[in-house]
Amino acid sequence: MNRNKKELLRFTTAGSVDDGKSTLIGRLLYDSKSIFQDQLDAVERTSKNKGFDYVDLSLLTDGLRSEREQGITIDVAYRYFATPKRKFIIADTPGHIQYTRNMVTGASTANLAIILIDARKGMLEQTHRHSFIASLLGIPHAIVCINKMDLVNYDKKVYDKIVSDFKAFSSKLEVRDVQFIPISALNGDNVVNRSKNMTWYEGSTLLYHLENVHISSDYNQIDCRFPVQTVIRPHTKEHQDYRGFAGRIDGGIFKVGDKIKTLPTGFTSKIKSICSHNTELNEAYTPMSVNIVLEDEIDISRGDMIVRENNIPNVSQDIELLVTWMNQNPLASRKKVIIKHTTNECVGLVRELKYKIDINTLHRIENVESIQMNDIARISIRTSKPLFFDSYKKNRRTGSLILIDEQTNETIGAGMIINK
Amino acid sequence: MVNYIIDHLKELESEAIFVIREIASQFENPALLFSGGKDSIILTHLAKKAFYPAKIPFPLIHIDTGHNFPETIKFRDDLVNGLGVNLIVGLVQESIDKGLVKEETGVDASRNSLQIATLLETLEVNKIDGAMGGARRDEEKARAKERFFSHRDEFGQWDPKNQRPELWNLFNGRKNYGEHFRIFPISNWTEMDVWEYIKLEKIELPSLYFSHQRECIIRDNIILANSNFIQLKDNEEVKKLTVRFRTCGDMPITGAVESKANNIDDIIKEVATTRTTERGGRADDKRAETAMEDRKKQGYF
Repeated sequence: MNRNKKELLRFTTAGSVDDGKSTLIGRLLYDSKSIFQDQLDAVERTSKNKGFDYVDLSLLTDGLRSEREQGITIDVAYRYFATPKRKFIIADTPGHIQYTRNMVTGASTANLAIILIDARKGMLEQTHRHSFIASLLGIPHAIVCINKMDLVNYDKKVYDKIVSDFKAFSSKLEVRDVQFIPISALNGDNVVNRSKNMTWYEGSTLLYHLENVHISSDYNQIDCRFPVQTVIRPHTKEHQDYRGFAGRIDGGIFKVGDKIKTLPTGFTSKIKSICSHNTELNEAYTPMSVNIVLEDEIDISRGDMIVRENNIPNVSQDIELLVTWMNQNPLASRKKVIIKHTTNECVGLVRELKYKIDINTLHRIENVESIQMNDIARISIRTSKPLFFDSYKKNRRTGSLILIDEQTNETIGAGMIINK
Repeated sequence: MVNYIIDHLKELESEAIFVIREIASQFENPALLFSGGKDSIILTHLAKKAFYPAKIPFPLIHIDTGHNFPETIKFRDDLVNGLGVNLIVGLVQESIDKGLVKEETGVDASRNSLQIATLLETLEVNKIDGAMGGARRDEEKARAKERFFSHRDEFGQWDPKNQRPELWNLFNGRKNYGEHFRIFPISNWTEMDVWEYIKLEKIELPSLYFSHQRECIIRDNIILANSNFIQLKDNEEVKKLTVRFRTCGDMPITGAVESKANNIDDIIKEVATTRTTERGGRADDKRAETAMEDRKKQGYF
């Protein structure tokens, strides 16, 4: 049997109770045979006990006791399915405004966002919110699913109107690739199989898009960035002088023989070898975990970064960013926080709260004194030592950071760097 | 131009190695929880790759219920010797002898939930602040919501409503004194990924996972291995069946499947067509709808 090579696609779905999100996920899992009989039996049993006359597929994803009690999704749930072409990871998040932080979490690692619109209702405030978050978090691809087409008689006019409304709105956003698909998740139209009820639609089905969307250029393979996680020194007879810098490539393609520079020290050297376990590679690229060995003995430790000599990231202690606030305690100016960026950690001082963004209208709210949970705001920070970063737009890995509370150690904010 | 894209197994491997290296860097006293099951065998394999050519820089911890399959213990000892790593064994029998926990009674008695006390004590005695395990999110619905870095309070409890947000690849392992973390580097793997990876990397597994003949008992539609640890009910009889195991827990609670699959390729074919989840045969999950969440809150794996 040959090895089945597949690409991995991570996507996010945001939605609230009624828009059919759970039904859509249930449909994808069911039609790709990723729901098991015992899971289905359990869901059917629970639905019956609750007195429903339908099978509530949301019970598959809502696993926590309190979610089952309240009948809502509270947290990000991860779901998995595969087809012969790709493996998929779904980050399923609640869509209500009070769960913005969960949507942001789910969106942070996604290649693609599915935005659901109820055909009867058209564009709603939450459509704006979900689209804005997808754009803010730099998700490269979006699929707008106009759902419940069965309830509007599969009418092309309804679909066309929503598509043009969405296009008018999304001109303000930065999603590179948007596709529109009319579906009925309940009946399965255009989800896995083509709809016989909408012959006017000439595009492909949702699953076909998920399987074929071009994701190989989603990673930045141009600007070489290698944050060092740890230094491997075996001290054995065989590997007496081995000094491997272990880490995961956050940008670019590193090749043996490349001239490199180390940050913050600024030493230059050449790559002697790149290894993955006991295999020597000629080159390695994002997002591979490897060991890099250099020609010269240079002092490098965790938090340092190896880059190409002629392509250096920003090095600065003054960071401008958009932050999503994730904690009940509001953020005020002058707050001291711990910052985690790549493998680096330092102290940061919040210098200025510039403005908040109304995530339904995208308007700026100026003169803010504090930032509350689920707010998205532009702030500036001064760090205790220089960070090596790119703008979030250029590289999601070297352009992102998290803020941690000094006392409770909780993760309280997610930051996207906007320095040029 | 060459297409710079890695396939799903290599991407999952790369993610897991990144997480394992984060654990070694962020914690003072990490350890790997080794059950003898295929997931913890994979985790050990990934840890070996993460630090090669150096040795794995943390110990393996095995919580021994005394009800293990003998094959598991032999496999564990051979693996540990081969890798030259330190092994710490926590014995449930010792917790019982000390009066920390009481043996369950009745025909369905199991030592599964008793392990929690032994695990927490072993972590505390050895001052472990970051314990990694081979749990996967596709196994069970409470696990579908757990973070890679899962925070535990000083009683070892999980608070599902108050989990830290986990964004990008930035893992926050900061904690106060007395607290610890459970970390799950293969969170994003499915059962199929695990088998495909075992094949790709030619990883050795205990013989239990492959088809063999064994004396079995059928109870509540689950095939259990006959052993000294199991009490027969009146209407039950011992039968010889051709089986293999999909998971590897204690003998009295791990269900087998009837199978002729005696090599990796056949197992992959079987996994691709099977219609029940791996843990469908685990009696410990069947005690209640939220049995896993309830045990995790108390400090279970």
